[in-house]
Amino acid sequence: MKNFTGKVLFLDKSDINTDEIIPAKYLTEITKKALKPYLLEDLVLDGFNAENDIKGKSVIITRDNFGCGSSREHAPWALEMNGFNLVIASGFARIFRQNMFNCGMMAVQLEEKIIDRIFNNCAGKETLVQTDLDSKIFAISTDDFSEEISFNISNFDFALVKAGGWVAYADQKY
Amino acid sequence: MKSKKRTIAEKIFDFHHIDTPSENIRVISLDAVFCHEITTPVAIADLETRGMDKVFDTSKIKVVIDHVSPAKDSKTAMQGKILREWVRKHKIQDFFDIGRNGVCHAIFPEKGFVRPGFAIIMGDSHTCTHGAFGAFAAGVGTTDLEVGILKGVCAFKKPESISVKITGALHEGVYAKDVILALIGKIGVNGATDRVIEFSGQVVDNMTMDQRMTLCNMAVEAGATSGICAPDRVTVDYLWKFIKDQYSNREEALKEFRRFAPDKGADYTDIINFDVSSLEPQVTFGYKPDQVKPVSEMGDVKIDQVYIGSCTNGRLEDLKIAASIIKGRKISDSVRAIVSPATPEIFSKSIENGIIKDFMDSGFCVTNPTCGACLGMSNGVLAHGEVCASTTNRNFNGRMGKGGMIHLMSPATAAASALTGKITNSKYYSAT
Repeated sequence: MKNFTGKVLFLDKSDINTDEIIPAKYLTEITKKALKPYLLEDLVLDGFNAENDIKGKSVIITRDNFGCGSSREHAPWALEMNGFNLVIASGFARIFRQNMFNCGMMAVQLEEKIIDRIFNNCAGKETLVQTDLDSKIFAISTDDFSEEISFNISNFDFALVKAGGWVAYADQKY
Repeated sequence: MKSKKRTIAEKIFDFHHIDTPSENIRVISLDAVFCHEITTPVAIADLETRGMDKVFDTSKIKVVIDHVSPAKDSKTAMQGKILREWVRKHKIQDFFDIGRNGVCHAIFPEKGFVRPGFAIIMGDSHTCTHGAFGAFAAGVGTTDLEVGILKGVCAFKKPESISVKITGALHEGVYAKDVILALIGKIGVNGATDRVIEFSGQVVDNMTMDQRMTLCNMAVEAGATSGICAPDRVTVDYLWKFIKDQYSNREEALKEFRRFAPDKGADYTDIINFDVSSLEPQVTFGYKPDQVKPVSEMGDVKIDQVYIGSCTNGRLEDLKIAASIIKGRKISDSVRAIVSPATPEIFSKSIENGIIKDFMDSGFCVTNPTCGACLGMSNGVLAHGEVCASTTNRNFNGRMGKGGMIHLMSPATAAASALTGKITNSKYYSAT
């Protein structure tokens, strides 16, 4: 099973699309590893600099409809290759969300007001998310703040994460 | 017979039901798995690594090289090579390589591979196009594609649908593209996430299959899993040449297909009534497909390139409409214009009926069928700061080339814009 604990990269924007996560011109790569340098290359977001801001982080917290657009699984792969296995958002595009769980990664939706609160309390500070998968709890902390937030994923999503993805799961069952 | 009133998607899901792994999740069997050279090679490589390089049914796998065709460099050549070798190894019959290839969502319906009631996946978000035939067709990622190839199944949330009833009458110069752009503008890029958009109403009833495909193609731009139109006589007429041996007459085929028509009283999460009587030609103005306004409110927007093509608007009807506007006229000196017929059949018919010559005489570059420019891969990439009037489906920042700006519009608006060098309503250029 993958690691779902680590430092947070905050992306304060809704509708971040898959072209922003990994531009189409890199879809000619046939290994996941080759995608690593290009994560979020085309994201235009005040104060965000892909080169400096990605390193050392392993959880993304963002707003609504993350991963909209193309079906490219290169988006989760580019995240995975940079050590991100968990995205927490107020909403996801369907295909992106499914791709994450299909890879044994997690895309967890929280209520908008909870995401607002996390941004208010933590954005701009070094923030850590510790995930207790079995209890379905995120412990979110900064130097001067901490909060435990319970989350919900379906039994199916949970099984995909445990199995390490949809291929392993489906091969056993169908 | 179940007594519950069902939507089209619910009927298709019930028909294909395999498993319920979790309360709201359904695993369904697939009638077709479509593959192209961008998202399939990684699935093939993974299957090989796992020692599971098999396909569930060679007759249900349809393969095309379309995204970058001809190959533009060594990497895209390798993607094509991997796909070709895989097709040969598994003796997959329906493979469309260069010369016979077209944009996936244009060529697969054209070959008769899509039928009402089908469940289809492809590693391509615009797979929702095929819902025009009353099928459930969804774009998926590479892992879903991989399991589809191997097992012929896919998991989805239990389908919920939005009913979009399109009524009124379209003005001359206003097309399916304007309708779907306006709808996305209304409900937003997130307006149909995790749901199916079921299109109905008189305007849809009167649409040709080409127009319904344009409508369903962009459902994903509102977040929808699939767009879907109920199968009717128009569907049967389109498919008749492929199915005539299976049915004694068209009525019989229609009766069979109507099993997948929605029940009166089916549950929808939303019902949207959209009267298009006063709709004007629409265009996008930002980096999201829901940033839409009438062409008349755009002011002077200069363009550098015009692109007519893609799975949204590269079909014969689209080319005919654009050609009727540019015929006998020259494109502006300030623009370059590219037209890409979406399939060889469309290309060939466009030669026969003279519209390729119309395009060339007006100053258009005519390219082979490929997805190329739409996603900034080849055949019309923009330079930094350039602006494109495009009949494609996505205006994301950088999509057609880093630093480029894309305005989405109908083929008619794109053609009129080619003549003036700025975004222009086609009503000023009625057919000559």
